[in-house]
Amino acid sequence: MSEIRQDSTRKTVDFRGGGFAPQSRKWVGIVVFVVLIGFIELGTRTGFITNLTLPIPSDVFATFVDLWQSGLLWKHLLPSIMRLIVGASIGVSLGIGIGILIGLFSLIRAGLVPLVAAIFPIPKIALLPLFVIWFGIDETSKYALIAFGTFTPTVVATYGAVDNVDRSLIRMGQSFSLSWFSIVRKIVLPGAMPGILSGLRISLAIAIILLVAAEMLGAEFGIGAYILEAGSLYDLERLFVGVTILSILGVFVSLGIGVIEKRLLNWRV
Amino acid sequence: MDLRLEAVGHHYGDLEVLSEIDLAIPAGKIVCIVGPSGCGKSTLLRLIGGLEQPTTGQIVQIGTPPTDSINPLTYVFQDFALLPWRTVEGNISLVLEDHRMPSARVTEIIANVLARTKLTEFAKAYPKQLSGGMKQRVAIARALAVKPAILLMDEPLSALDSQTRELLMDDLVGLWTRDPFTSVYVTHNLNEAVRLGHSIVVLSRRPGRIREIVDVTIPLGERELGDPELERQQKHLWNLMRDEALAADKELLNV
Repeated sequence: MSEIRQDSTRKTVDFRGGGFAPQSRKWVGIVVFVVLIGFIELGTRTGFITNLTLPIPSDVFATFVDLWQSGLLWKHLLPSIMRLIVGASIGVSLGIGIGILIGLFSLIRAGLVPLVAAIFPIPKIALLPLFVIWFGIDETSKYALIAFGTFTPTVVATYGAVDNVDRSLIRMGQSFSLSWFSIVRKIVLPGAMPGILSGLRISLAIAIILLVAAEMLGAEFGIGAYILEAGSLYDLERLFVGVTILSILGVFVSLGIGVIEKRLLNWRV
Repeated sequence: MDLRLEAVGHHYGDLEVLSEIDLAIPAGKIVCIVGPSGCGKSTLLRLIGGLEQPTTGQIVQIGTPPTDSINPLTYVFQDFALLPWRTVEGNISLVLEDHRMPSARVTEIIANVLARTKLTEFAKAYPKQLSGGMKQRVAIARALAVKPAILLMDEPLSALDSQTRELLMDDLVGLWTRDPFTSVYVTHNLNEAVRLGHSIVVLSRRPGRIREIVDVTIPLGERELGDPELERQQKHLWNLMRDEALAADKELLNV
């Protein structure tokens, strides 16, 4: 080793490689909620925020407890969840099916991709009157609206995911003379699953939005009907209870997909 | 089963990648194909295994593959091509599932190939848990499971570090010595070629033509790292390839 000069100034090398690496900080999300709600509670109680602007959070909570105790909560929530499950199941399964067909067959891709691009940007809520004419005012039109709304994003996510499946794995399947059906079932589908599931997050959030829209137009029970009624009476507490229920529903859907991802995609690096 | 390539040529659009390849691949021998990058050696291997169709000429099988061969022409890929969502044994059973075998037979084949590639204790591991060398051994085990008549290896050791490469070369030599298999082995590494090849086909730069076929007569099992005769052969190969490689390196890619 050669001599290092002793007389020059010393300085440790600056660290510049930090950041850009998301880390898990679970409690921060909860702190943000608590601080925000605490601030509103304080503001509405002191009059700093007028009660025409926002309801007092603790009153909203009391209203929620009332709703629970009266049994009306489940009366509203159960039909909503039912509509969500039926509508989203139809839309998502059709979407995954068509998406896979688009991903696999050039002819179907050429025919359907422009069609999907054309119906994707249509606000599905605008079509609700049409669905009412086609399917009647009862549950069917609500299922149809939710199904249609979840269908397009699922199709786009699915065929994108199928396109992204590693071609070398498909070549491998062919080189071992696997049947076409085996390649689709054992290589293409599992390979597309991460993309399909992340598309599902978006589709299901859209499903909740459309659920409320559908219920506002004609439903005796349902979260959407509950919110509409509260809004027309300018009952802010009940309005916020309804909105909060929707948020919680969204969080649960997202958690559910998280669980599915953990179970199905535990092979991911 | 032997293979014969008769005047095989291939184009990608206007680009001629292979021209007038005549080659015999005799049973029980390892034929190495070397050449500068872009000379079409991997394309040639895809043609041999039927993953692509040659533009001109033909590839003929002479004789029938052994009756117990499930997939006569079987590849080992450079990037391993393992399904990340299946375990080691799942990846091997994948290639057996389409053949309607009794499950006891499948289990037996898997146990056999895992033992031959020294992977028995890793049967339940996922690819992400394995090192590169282990992954390639899984891919080799998978290839052995279908009892190939001819093993088509596309730079199987190129993604590995040099220590792992040495170990796997020993493994391949061991596998061949115990049970000689026929193989076409594509590589850009001349050392691998002289260690593993019974004959070494040198391709010119694009469009790839056969420049020379070098036979290495030392038995596979006796080829040691640093053997002077092998060094001499390797140097000879390098002299053949040097100018081609230099020229190939300077070519513009218009692909």
